[in-house]
Amino acid sequence: MSGIAFNDVTRCFERKGGTYQALEPVSLHVPDGEFVAIVGPSGCGKTTLLRLAAGLDHPTTGSVTVGGRAVSGPGPDRAVVFQQFALLPWKTVRQNIGFGLKCRGMGEAEARPLVDRYLATMRLEGHGDSYPHQLSGGMQQRVAIARSFILEPEVLLMDEPFGALDAQTRIEMQEELIRLTARQRRTVLFITHSVEEATYLADRVVVMAGRPGSIREIIDVAALRQSERWAERSVEEVMELESFIRIRTRLWRLLRSAGAPAEEATGRLSIAS
Amino acid sequence: MSVDMLSKSGSRPLRRRPARRWLTPRLRLSLLSAASITLALGVWFALAWSGLLPKMLLPSPWDVAQALVKNIGVPFAGATLQQHLVASLGRFFSGFALAVVLGVPMGLAMGWFAPFRHAIAPFFETFRFIAPLAWVPFAALWFGTGVGGPILIVFSGAFAACVINTFRGAQTADPRLIEACRTMGASDYRLIVDVLLPSALPSIMAGIRVAAALGWQSLIGAELIVASSGVGYLIVQGQGAVETPIVMAGMATIGFIGLVIDLGLRQIDARIGRNWRVGA
Repeated sequence: MSGIAFNDVTRCFERKGGTYQALEPVSLHVPDGEFVAIVGPSGCGKTTLLRLAAGLDHPTTGSVTVGGRAVSGPGPDRAVVFQQFALLPWKTVRQNIGFGLKCRGMGEAEARPLVDRYLATMRLEGHGDSYPHQLSGGMQQRVAIARSFILEPEVLLMDEPFGALDAQTRIEMQEELIRLTARQRRTVLFITHSVEEATYLADRVVVMAGRPGSIREIIDVAALRQSERWAERSVEEVMELESFIRIRTRLWRLLRSAGAPAEEATGRLSIAS
Repeated sequence: MSVDMLSKSGSRPLRRRPARRWLTPRLRLSLLSAASITLALGVWFALAWSGLLPKMLLPSPWDVAQALVKNIGVPFAGATLQQHLVASLGRFFSGFALAVVLGVPMGLAMGWFAPFRHAIAPFFETFRFIAPLAWVPFAALWFGTGVGGPILIVFSGAFAACVINTFRGAQTADPRLIEACRTMGASDYRLIVDVLLPSALPSIMAGIRVAAALGWQSLIGAELIVASSGVGYLIVQGQGAVETPIVMAGMATIGFIGLVIDLGLRQIDARIGRNWRVGA
């Protein structure tokens, strides 16, 4: 049981000269094992939503539950992957991946085979003793994903995890994520600016509108993905499918009317971003 | 003289090119330092030997060097120079180590626990204006001529620099790293040890260097008054005996040893985290 439920959640921030409402009452249920992507213009509150589920922030009104339990703070049952990787610069790749296990009180000898397995899974062999600054962006994010997956969290919260990567690496990481989540079903909340990424990865895509943040529409992709076997195809193959293009275009229209800034509208021309 | 050579190579374009081959910018700056030291020594020599000032008011560098060498073999004020130095260093390192061992954890705690910070801060804001030497009467009263007095003085000189720099360093810790570690279940202890401390490390090392300089200065001051050995004590006794070369030999020793301490700390600073510090 690891479904995420937002029940009439609002979030207001105190600002100079009054309060700023980041979310108007939002309700969203992500069932156990579902992959939900959230797209929306900057400032629409999608990151706020993710932080509430992570326990890094608390709702002003309403409640957030994960697996039926109210969220009161961060915990290793809900792994978070950040856009800026957030690796510890003074720890090696191996130490970064094993950090959560160390927090659990697991000894180094006990953790080592597990860390080795994730080094292999994330194709990081030979880099175990490197420091993060010696790695490329894509490799750093693979370390960040490895350190989350090693804790076997029931819930995966990803905040624009591939946003800082180049187009090529980004596609590889998307395929990687499909592979990983197919192997071990997890509840995923995935925030992105990229409509393509959302369509390719998610069972459902939530479109949000901004100021204050609210859910505009939810589009179901799961049925199509299964009938057309997207998971077994490459990203570029899927992106050429008529069904994919139709969903993508529909999402773009929704985003446009939700008030997407111009910088994001230009992203439509590049496949990966 | 090297000074002439430098000015010539700068003013004559024709000679510039061949000179550059071996006169790298770094070497040029080193030569400049060497030249200024030489110049200062030269002025000192000239002043002392000109006879304008009595020998007692300004001993020549030669007299000072002689007094220094002599004091290595022949005791002055009850001990040789190295014995005085060992006494001073022992007191310094005791007080300095105490300041680091207590100051760094305290700075980290202030950076981590806001209530603690607010409870402690007012004392620091006040105490840091009280010069270490102001503690001398109480140091003498509490510890007499024992080892505790000078250690207290060194500690009072070095402690605030350790605490404040550690605290400032802890405040530079990236909140995103702290959040990321929290989501992995890190306890407060883990966060302090694995995030706060490494984040603060550059600032801590800078603070420790400042603390060492302040502590070393304070100790010599304290020895002028409370000690019965040490380089500071040597200076006072030299003054009493109107042995100005001894006084200056003591001063030179203080300066040189201070430099050595700082160089040692710089070495440690360069070694810590050289694997992960980008661009260090």
